Amino acid sequence: METGLEHYLIVSALLFSLGLLGVVLHRNLILMFMSLELMLNAANLTLVAFSRFNNDLDGQLLVFFIIAVAAAEVAIGLALIVALFRRRQTTSTEDIATLKL
Amino acid sequence: MTDLLFYLLSSFTLLFGALVVVNPFSRNPVTSAMFLALAIISTAGLYVLLHAFFLAAVQILIYAGAIIVLFLFVIMLLDLREEEQKRFRLLGLTGGVLGSLAIATAIIATITVAEPGAGKTPEIEGTTRQLGNQLFADYVLPFEIMGLLLLVAMMGVILLSKKQLR
Repeated sequence: METGLEHYLIVSALLFSLGLLGVVLHRNLILMFMSLELMLNAANLTLVAFSRFNNDLDGQLLVFFIIAVAAAEVAIGLALIVALFRRRQTTSTEDIATLKL
Repeated sequence: MTDLLFYLLSSFTLLFGALVVVNPFSRNPVTSAMFLALAIISTAGLYVLLHAFFLAAVQILIYAGAIIVLFLFVIMLLDLREEEQKRFRLLGLTGGVLGSLAIATAIIATITVAEPGAGKTPEIEGTTRQLGNQLFADYVLPFEIMGLLLLVAMMGVILLSKKQLR
């Protein structure tokens, strides 16, 4: 069977739900963050597949921008986690349930 | 040949993605980060199958090269060993599995009903030349803003990692 757009979309949907499962399941901020990256990758795969099958390069350019923003986002997020760990000595979401530091 | 590669790469992507989320052999976050790198490299292979060659290279350079290294640095800096003893909560496990299964079923049902790829013949090539032409013709302003965003992110990280915020 010839691989079409649907095949890529289904792989991307499964990858996205795997990432969602990780975000819900884990209580460690870093593992949640990694699952978030998985979800972001699934969205990127959708964009590239749509771009290819609609003969339009705009989708690929959007993915390029998303990757750049993701790099900035990961740097900031990990810096926040490190700053939090310095203050509270934990990265578990159960221990940081209050807004007060 | 392409079909075989597609099934191989997509099963690798999903397998390594599953091992990032739930790894039965090791609860060490370093293992998860390594499997995330493998999942990202398999996704880059899928990009090559979609003729997005430039994005495949960018994906490997930025994600597998920079972001995973950043994750590994932070994991080793924080020395997260206590994670290995923790178990999953039953509520989180059932809720997570049911929720993600529901989302996956909803999306896949929509895809099968909508048939978005019917009657299309792909012919574009995502080479560096073509992407560069379009990037510097139509998207110069977003590109410049992206540079500013990266600068702001860098300054923010330096500020956040100072010992005292004074």
